[in-house]
Amino acid sequence: MKARVHVMLKNGVLDPQGEAVRHALGAMGFDGVQGVRQGKVIELDLAEGSTQADVEQMCEKLLANTVIESYTVEMV
Amino acid sequence: MRAAVVVFPGSNCDRDLAVAFEQAGADVTMVWHKDSELPQGIDIVGIPGGFSYGDYLRCGAIAANSPICKSVAAHAGRGGYVMGICNGFQVLTETGLLPGALLRNAGLKYICKTVGLKVVTSASDFTAGYNAGDVIDIPIAHHDGNYFADAETIATLKGEDRIAFTYTDNPNGAQADIAGILSENRRVLGMMPHPERAADAGHGGTDGVALFRALAGALTTA
Repeated sequence: MKARVHVMLKNGVLDPQGEAVRHALGAMGFDGVQGVRQGKVIELDLAEGSTQADVEQMCEKLLANTVIESYTVEMV
Repeated sequence: MRAAVVVFPGSNCDRDLAVAFEQAGADVTMVWHKDSELPQGIDIVGIPGGFSYGDYLRCGAIAANSPICKSVAAHAGRGGYVMGICNGFQVLTETGLLPGALLRNAGLKYICKTVGLKVVTSASDFTAGYNAGDVIDIPIAHHDGNYFADAETIATLKGEDRIAFTYTDNPNGAQADIAGILSENRRVLGMMPHPERAADAGHGGTDGVALFRALAGALTTA
């Protein structure tokens, strides 16, 4: 089984990389992009029987820094 | 003063930090990240600058979970001194020994230059060699030095006089111009600028010397 973890900077935390991407899109002529937030996706290959709670523990302890980041877990 | 300097794969300021401690009179032991125990009788642990574990995942995140960091946290828990510089500051926030986090510089660029730092408090064994309000010149060299914490944490840091240094001309977007902070017991310091790179006339500046001398004075074993 697999889990997919999405890690994003929390709302209210400045994302300068997202801002730079937004500027670049505008400069390329893609109008109407009002905001860009850049995050990361982490895919985990898990032993059978692993639970969403296990993955949430991994997020709390390592995969995300909850001071600045939020995460969502998707079991796939 | 007996100092230990932790070496991670990717640390690159470890020897500079060791030399700065030695020049202040310390006995220095280098400690490898896979060691699970600090040597006996260590007064202060230095976490050096660099790119521990290639900055993978987040700067300092993997280092914060390495075997030696459990021992560093236990040392801090016993009231031991810890000093994290640059990547070392990132490691200390990731371990939770210091609050907040270091984000990508607001201008997105890696910045390597000497900057002005205001000494905000002299009430710590790290900063006792300066007067509050002094402005010192110390180099920075980082890509992720933009200090972030929620408003409540910033208010606590200010209220408890735990901001050690601020930038005179904020280079990276750090909240409240913060360059370095202290723990609640004032024995853990994290700072982005590199005092060990301003610790010898050959460096072009010696404004960092007073920090190491003050520490050596406070931690001299009788």
